Amino acid sequence: MFDSFKKTEVYKSVFRHSYQDTQRNRALQVVDNVFLHLHPVRIARHAADVSYTWGMGGISFLLFLILTITGIILMFYYRPTAQYAYEDMKYLMNDVAFGPLIRNMHRWAAHAMVLTVMLHMFRVFLTGSYKPPRQFNWVVGVILLLFTLLLSFSGYLLPWDQLSIWAVTVGTNMARATPLLGHEGPFGPQLGMRPDNDVRFVLLGGTEVGPPTLLRFYVGHCIFLPVIATIFMIVHFWRIRKDGGISGPDMNKKAA
Amino acid sequence: MSNFLAIITKPDNIPITLLLVGVVFFSWLALSKGKRNDVRGTPIEATKDDKIQVWPYLVRVEFLATILVLAIMVIWSVSLNAPLEAMANKSLTPNPSKAPWYFLGLQELLVYFDPWIAGVVLPTIILIGLMAIPYIDINEKGNGYYTFKDRKFAILTFSFGFLVLWVSLIAVGTFLRGPGWNFFWPWEKWDPHYVAVLTNADLSEYFGIPTHLPDASVNPVASIFGAVCVIGYYTIIPIYWLKKRNTDILKKLGLLRYSIVAFLFVTMIGVVIKIILRQTPLLFGLNPIKYVWVTPWFNV
Ligand code: HEM
Repeated sequence: MFDSFKKTEVYKSVFRHSYQDTQRNRALQVVDNVFLHLHPVRIARHAADVSYTWGMGGISFLLFLILTITGIILMFYYRPTAQYAYEDMKYLMNDVAFGPLIRNMHRWAAHAMVLTVMLHMFRVFLTGSYKPPRQFNWVVGVILLLFTLLLSFSGYLLPWDQLSIWAVTVGTNMARATPLLGHEGPFGPQLGMRPDNDVRFVLLGGTEVGPPTLLRFYVGHCIFLPVIATIFMIVHFWRIRKDGGISGPDMNKKAA
Repeated sequence: MSNFLAIITKPDNIPITLLLVGVVFFSWLALSKGKRNDVRGTPIEATKDDKIQVWPYLVRVEFLATILVLAIMVIWSVSLNAPLEAMANKSLTPNPSKAPWYFLGLQELLVYFDPWIAGVVLPTIILIGLMAIPYIDINEKGNGYYTFKDRKFAILTFSFGFLVLWVSLIAVGTFLRGPGWNFFWPWEKWDPHYVAVLTNADLSEYFGIPTHLPDASVNPVASIFGAVCVIGYYTIIPIYWLKKRNTDILKKLGLLRYSIVAFLFVTMIGVVIKIILRQTPLLFGLNPIKYVWVTPWFNV
């Protein structure tokens, strides 16, 4: 029955080629699949070796996908206002089916992603993979690191509990001390910076962490930061291929 | 001890434990692979550069990794609840108030630097310094394989910054800092009423120059003394290094690259020096040093 199904137009239109184990089909399997064709058809043996790449870049991306999916689900249950945010969290944790699972996974995956991104950077450094021609992709990576941290930090505020507002208060208090642009920073007061017009005020939408901050961080967390991070990830992945795939020793230079 | 256990097992702090374990494991892995390559001469990666097909050889690894990560995430999420404390309350400050774990290294630096340095200038230098790495490290060797021999300075410097200044300060900030950001050993109880009685001194005062004049304004002599220390530190060390060691460093790197490398390196060591300046006097019962350079506008 399955064999005759395989002959139908529907099947052929979806899978495009037969699945006999030939070199050609193995190649087509990658090229014909929109998700897989991010890959080259063939790569160096050591590039598929987990002990070389540690898989941390790939896992960071997987965690980003998990975060996107769980994050969208959370958005159905969460209103970014000081009045409702905390109540919505309580409701989610106590009354929504699978609510805790989704929220926990979003939080732990966020922590895990910060971790894997740092380890990924460590690996890329230790294999010297930022050296030509991959200099620029390292720079893109550093930007991704920054956005990963900012995403995690902005999300930290959203539960609107004691832990979140105080952590964000501690973090954003630094902005007061920004040289030139903060009201307690070097030369800030001389330039006319006050608590109600410096960078921290712009960041928080007020002189302290309050309802406008919640809204600002929410929009940043759900739209602005992920969109930009996604754009940089696209560049990152595209550059990996353009730079010749995963780094490896250049045998022309290094004579055996 | 119970304090310490409570902190270490807090769900939000699990990533730090994972980070510590991960960093030790991966450092060991990279070192042993590097050593093997250094002994072999030809890196082992070079013998594995024949091509394999992505389907199935890479896709299957990715598939297994995906399943594994998903399984871990499900188990982690089923067994530990994300924290949800009391509702936000502006009039109730928890003690200690801590930033999220990945920023605790920076928060820890607040002990040693004013916020404009620890919270703004150093993070900026870290980011820009990281982005500069590919352009200032012009060593052609060590591209695409594990090694130690071929790039000792790069690996030692980066590992020091990452492992000691970033990772271990995060651990200290999370596990060993209690109420009032006071330091507590793991076996000590976090005492919210503990007040560390510290009379701070400034570096100039150790040389008999008071920081403030009788009318409480900043002593210009102390300011100049501090400026000389800081600016001298940033110029003399790089120049001394050039003179003392091989001068062809400059030829290889060029003046601009050398200056950037020197600036970043000296800044990193400067952080360590400031930590030492503050902590060592305490060992001798002297006043810890707060500032090296005091001016009416900023202090270093
Ligand atoms: C959101 C964060 C990031 C994601 C999702 C990501 C993803 C990836 C992936 C999937 C790869 C393929 C190889 C591998 O898995 O190791 C890769 C390679 C690379 N990444 Fe990232 N990365 C991120 C952040 C970074 C950071 C922080 C850096 C460095 C500062 C960086 C620099 C690089 C470089 C230079 C390569 C090429 C490595 C080679 O050819 O061996 N990336 N990245």
